Amino acid sequence: MPSALQLLWLVPALPLAGFLANGVLALRRPRAKHAVSIIGVGVLLAALALAIVIVLAFLREGTPGPLVFPYWEWMPVGELHVTVALQLDQLSAVMLLVVTGVSSLIHVFSVGYMGEDPGYARYFAYLNLFVFFMLVLVLGASFPVMFVGWEGVGLCSYLLIGFWFNERINADAGKKAFLVNRIGDVGFLVAMLMIFAHTGSLDFQPLFAQAPKLFTPGGPAVTAITLLLFLGCTGKSAQIPLYTWLPDAMQGPTPVSALIHAATMVTAGVYLVARCNVLYALAPVASAVVAGIGALTAFFAATIALKQWDIKRVLAYSTVSQLGYMFLGVGSGAYAAGIFHLVTHAFFKALLFLGAGSVIHALHHAYHATHSREDAQDMRNMGGLARHLPWTSTLMWVATLAIAGIPPFAGFFSKDQILSAAFSLGDVHPLWYVYWLLGLLTALLTAFYMTRLMLYTFHGPNRTGERESAHLREAPWVMTGPLVVLAALSLAGGALNVPALLRGREWLEHWLEPVTAVAARLRPGIEVPHGTEWALVIAAVAAAGLGIIAAVRLLRPEELVPARLAPAERGFARVLWKKWYVDEIYDFLFVRPLIWLSREVLWRTIDLGLIDGAGVNGAARLSRALGWIGSRLQTGQLGFYVVLFVGGVLAVLWTAVR
Amino acid sequence: MLLGPSLAVSAVLFALGVAGVLLRRNAIVIFMCVELMLNAVNLTFVALAQSLGVAGQIFVFFVMAVAAAEAAVGLAIILAIYRHKQTVDLQNINLLKG
Repeated sequence: MPSALQLLWLVPALPLAGFLANGVLALRRPRAKHAVSIIGVGVLLAALALAIVIVLAFLREGTPGPLVFPYWEWMPVGELHVTVALQLDQLSAVMLLVVTGVSSLIHVFSVGYMGEDPGYARYFAYLNLFVFFMLVLVLGASFPVMFVGWEGVGLCSYLLIGFWFNERINADAGKKAFLVNRIGDVGFLVAMLMIFAHTGSLDFQPLFAQAPKLFTPGGPAVTAITLLLFLGCTGKSAQIPLYTWLPDAMQGPTPVSALIHAATMVTAGVYLVARCNVLYALAPVASAVVAGIGALTAFFAATIALKQWDIKRVLAYSTVSQLGYMFLGVGSGAYAAGIFHLVTHAFFKALLFLGAGSVIHALHHAYHATHSREDAQDMRNMGGLARHLPWTSTLMWVATLAIAGIPPFAGFFSKDQILSAAFSLGDVHPLWYVYWLLGLLTALLTAFYMTRLMLYTFHGPNRTGERESAHLREAPWVMTGPLVVLAALSLAGGALNVPALLRGREWLEHWLEPVTAVAARLRPGIEVPHGTEWALVIAAVAAAGLGIIAAVRLLRPEELVPARLAPAERGFARVLWKKWYVDEIYDFLFVRPLIWLSREVLWRTIDLGLIDGAGVNGAARLSRALGWIGSRLQTGQLGFYVVLFVGGVLAVLWTAVR
Repeated sequence: MLLGPSLAVSAVLFALGVAGVLLRRNAIVIFMCVELMLNAVNLTFVALAQSLGVAGQIFVFFVMAVAAAEAAVGLAIILAIYRHKQTVDLQNINLLKG
């Protein structure tokens, strides 16, 4: 085996070392910004270079099966042997490149974006730690190792959402993300225990090889396992019903939103389903649930995005929606298409978020210069920014066309493959036509809300304010550079997997074949006639085009007024603006009853009543009462003591003699 | 040889001592009753030494030594109490109580 492959452990180890170094700097020398930048970005670039070398070596090796590198035994408990092992196969190779690549670009961007923040060193420490855990997640060779990464990225997400924890709203958003994710993690844990109970192993390699023999296809065991795993995915990847944390997660710094809450961490659920493709192929019902939840989430989140004013919230709901697409893909058995959309989405959504970051950066500086306290993220305060930020504007248009699905941008290819996979299953059950229709409608809405975002942000008159608009500047090259790279990837990313219909080689599809081979045998894809396929492509592009045209025709950026003057939303628009009142409903159904239960039952009754009252104070009262009885015997009268003493001696003698 | 009567006398002496301690209030008298009990025990030791060996007689000397020490300390305490409270009646000495 070539030596480069043996260095796989170094890829996650580099960001970990960066975290330790930056963590020490954050505690000791928080002002050493140069050192922090060099370490923080340096380890990532090194990891990226190493990842490329390793994947190239893996390509040369040409082994179809995964390479597993065991390092040490972690938990030898009875029959359970958990080994800390990393695994390199075609799927983790793709994820490895995406994670290190996008992370590197976002680290570079952060140097500019966070440059003036007092918590600079802490920020980079967390960001490096996140990359470490993300790499553990995608490289782990067993469920427990993956779970370490899974929880670790959740921790970093929490730390970075609440990065500016002095403001209560940010800290609350972090807590919400953490708590909502715990609900999903219970599903993951229970699924893991069930897998162990049924197969006796938690390692991917033997498990997936044995799974078709161990589980009855469509049986209750495998269905329960896959549904519970998917519960974990709905938490981490923000699907109905656990998606509500992701829009709030936008309280974190914008590069964090780009990296964790758009490009990498939230796609972990999609990766998990694709990783367990054998199990999902054995559980058609669970797959249909995955696809259904995905399609529903995609549509639902897209409707909310129509009426949000905060530029990052639009993108957040867009992320939820696109993640829904990915689940529709992997649920339809099109694992390669789902991963393909994951990759292209990582490019264009990271670009959109970083572009939004550059806009916010510009507005923030403008408002800072004039000591205004306006909202730098509200699109009603933007408008006409294309004149001030030409690079950002152009590059974000590229991402918009990519996410809308306009050929030849990356999103077109990936979205089209997911939709045609869902449509092709319509023969099996008509429900899949509904999924496909939801996906198509989502494509229309996506094009509409993204065009709306671009029109309101970059076109029409400027609403920032007269004094402020003089201070609007394009971001420095360290921020626009990563945008250019991501734009190039959004433009050309589709080349990874051009469908056969367009005389493509379906490179990613073939590359992932060894991973999905068993699943493909269990659940063969359904070929769609060329004519239908063309019709599907045209329908998808038409929906996207219609969305863009409708947005351009219907929206009037010149009629908008700045946020502080804007009237309240009315009617249905208000329902969308209020996010279908889902947060309020959850608050009423779950949060309030839980708080009531905690306060009235657990705190007032059990803690105060039972533990404090009966337990702690009860014991005190009992010993005090016994002490009082004892003290009554102590009268101070010597004669009384002697009587007791003699009585006692007589009693002892009586029993001894008898 | 005289074992029965000796033990009977010592039992009577001991009972008298106990009764005195129980019934009297004057500290000096109680003290004397305690001495009476000690001497009743001494008599038992000596009487039993006839049949059980010389160890009983040796033990009597120890008891006497302890009794002498006790007399010294006990009388000193009673004297101190008298100086303090002008009485040795135990009914009036009851400060230490619960």
